[in-house]
Amino acid sequence: MFKYLFAKNEDIPAGSSAIFFGFSSIVWFVIGTGLGSFNAAKLAFPDFVTGNEFLSFGHMRQVHVHAVIFGWISMAFAMAMMYITPILGNTRLWSEKLGLWNCFLWNLGLTLGLTVLWMGLTSGREYSDFPWVIDLYIASCMAIPLAVNVWMTILTRRTQGIYTTNWFFAAATFMVIVVFVVGNLPEFFHLTGLTEAYLTWWFAHNVLGLWITPVAAAIAYYTIPKVTGNPLYSHRIGHLHFWSVVVFYSTPAAHHLMSAPLPEWLKSFASVEGVLILVPAIAFVSNIMLTMQGKWNMFVENLEVRFTVTGCLMAIPLNMQGGFQQTRAINWYIHGTGWIVAHAHLALLGFSTFLEAAAVYLGLQTLMKRKLYSLALGNVHFWLLLIGFSTYWISMTIAGLIQGAGKIYEVPYIDVVIAEHPYMIARWVGGTMVFVSNIIWLYNMWMTARAGTTVPAGRMPHEMAYER
Amino acid sequence: MAFREYKIGSRVFGLALGGSMCITLFFPSFNMREAVSTEIALDKQLTTGWDAGWNLSDPFMQGSNKPVRVWLESEGQYAYVYPAGTRMPNAVQHPDNLGAIVEKLSMEKGQLAKAAEKGRSNPDGAVFLIDIDQDSKQPYIEYATATRGWNAADVLNAAADENVQHIGAGKSMFVREGCWWCHTLLPEQTQDWQVFGAPPMLGDFNGESPTAFGSDRKGPDLLHVGSRNASREWMMLHFFNPRLVQPHSIMPRFDYLWGSVDADGQKIDFDKWRADYTAYRAGQSPVPPDVPVPAKDSKARALIDFVLSLK
Repeated sequence: MFKYLFAKNEDIPAGSSAIFFGFSSIVWFVIGTGLGSFNAAKLAFPDFVTGNEFLSFGHMRQVHVHAVIFGWISMAFAMAMMYITPILGNTRLWSEKLGLWNCFLWNLGLTLGLTVLWMGLTSGREYSDFPWVIDLYIASCMAIPLAVNVWMTILTRRTQGIYTTNWFFAAATFMVIVVFVVGNLPEFFHLTGLTEAYLTWWFAHNVLGLWITPVAAAIAYYTIPKVTGNPLYSHRIGHLHFWSVVVFYSTPAAHHLMSAPLPEWLKSFASVEGVLILVPAIAFVSNIMLTMQGKWNMFVENLEVRFTVTGCLMAIPLNMQGGFQQTRAINWYIHGTGWIVAHAHLALLGFSTFLEAAAVYLGLQTLMKRKLYSLALGNVHFWLLLIGFSTYWISMTIAGLIQGAGKIYEVPYIDVVIAEHPYMIARWVGGTMVFVSNIIWLYNMWMTARAGTTVPAGRMPHEMAYER
Repeated sequence: MAFREYKIGSRVFGLALGGSMCITLFFPSFNMREAVSTEIALDKQLTTGWDAGWNLSDPFMQGSNKPVRVWLESEGQYAYVYPAGTRMPNAVQHPDNLGAIVEKLSMEKGQLAKAAEKGRSNPDGAVFLIDIDQDSKQPYIEYATATRGWNAADVLNAAADENVQHIGAGKSMFVREGCWWCHTLLPEQTQDWQVFGAPPMLGDFNGESPTAFGSDRKGPDLLHVGSRNASREWMMLHFFNPRLVQPHSIMPRFDYLWGSVDADGQKIDFDKWRADYTAYRAGQSPVPPDVPVPAKDSKARALIDFVLSLK
């Protein structure tokens, strides 16, 4: 990578930045899930490692969250954008050099930012924990260069129209900059009190609704038609999905603070809009499922399709939870419990991770022109990830329901802690399975680069037979 | 090739996103500006100081450059002491955040504008009080350095150590050590009334930063913990090793916040303490080892001061 940072743009092989982003994202996924497993062990066994400030739960919890969101998810998104956007525009990435610098600065900034968080230096605002100096770096060296590259690639495309995936990529790279800058205004201008609390959750909600969810969905709009060979079932349902994301998903932030003294009209509005996220969700899932018509054998036979369809299927419980758990009728019971932790992992480790993993599998094989080293290891990765995640999700959902019951029956809190203990152990086991599966994935992709069967130009990796 | 330019689509996109921002940011700002500080908010703001999260006046989050709250026996009220060089609280530079009535009272009766004249670096130190206006029953901030000629250093020197509370530094520890990852500061508006006390009301946060409400409860809510348990000794044992007072607790140990020496200046032998504790857990000793009393300037003392201040 370093030898290309100062090379001429035209001398850099096409796809270089996507490949570096792809491998970086897998490495951060290993780090992030490893931290998650370590943290979960501490919740199950509080005396697991003690006496060191830097190995305490309070210092490591946010490092796990940010390694996964900014490292794994967002870098996998950047990888998908640098791989898919040029293909759909029938052109090359606008600047491979900018892409490589973006990847370099992203890894550098994330390492720095996570070190700062690890030391406990935080703004004290959940999901916007980075101090404002790091926020400025993220906006200027990570988000904006990515947006410039995506936008310029779309503007210099050699096709007449823009495919669905690229609408989402263009809109999301723009919206995430707006959300990031506005959401961190309390830190830049020292806004305090209720404004600070509200903007914290305005950011946290919108970074999910306008960045993670639409970009993950956009990836599925590419991978399923590409790998199955079926055209997208309906362009018009894609329209419905896109516009309902912009209109409905950008508004329900206040439903995270139903118990705070926010204006009641705002909470009611947010709650109604929160139910309406079912519109983009149903549009998306039905569109992908109907695109699969006649190719359901690939759900079993093809790794990328299996990852993508599993992710899409997880969008169903995700959005049924997300749509209804924020209404006043349900929120009072499960707010602040493990249910929400389970829901957040369903969104990030279930729905979005499975879609991104498919893109990283497909993109790295295609760009490196190497077939996956071992399909068996790929299958092990899939099943360990799915079973590990399911163990986590089910155990935390049960723990959350116990907490909710403890809340309404006014059980002494320590009895809730005791009742949750078996589920905390299950959570650690599930998280560790996810961690192990990602180590296997990293090895598999590394070996693909070194020893994968060559894929000739014009062929898809899954069309090739194994030579070994 | 004739490109589609998406002229209508891009304008509708701007309209849709702009409309969303308008409803979720611009309109609520009018409601939020109307919030008038309660006495609770004034106390939180004056005890925390400028900011308890990462900021340039405390770049390594050591709890430095923070005000202290001093109980004045003679007056029967608290004084909020900002030693020289401590950055002024938010209300000094942004009095409009207090809400219209409280701002007016603080400016007219409390002479808060004179604190702003000192500049935010606060070169001479400042002392504030919270008073209640008898006519309007509204609280306001009194800049006692101007109204009563009180000097920050004199107030601190006159106070006994047990009357000095390092709440601002403690809030920094609460944020730095991630207490808010498991303990909310937001009792809910429904069933939490019975166990964790009243939920916060509008105006209880003006000027506080960060609010650190928390979202993921793995331990009890702490907004009113000082009212449920006011024992400094219990807090001390609990922070050093929560299993000493609650065998089933999953809270981490915060013994490293004690630093190297205890209140008597004796070096704390953590290895010996752990060995003795292991022996106690194994049934080889009938009593656990004694927990050292934290030193006056230790992080643990500040954190305990903060938690006990949550009434």
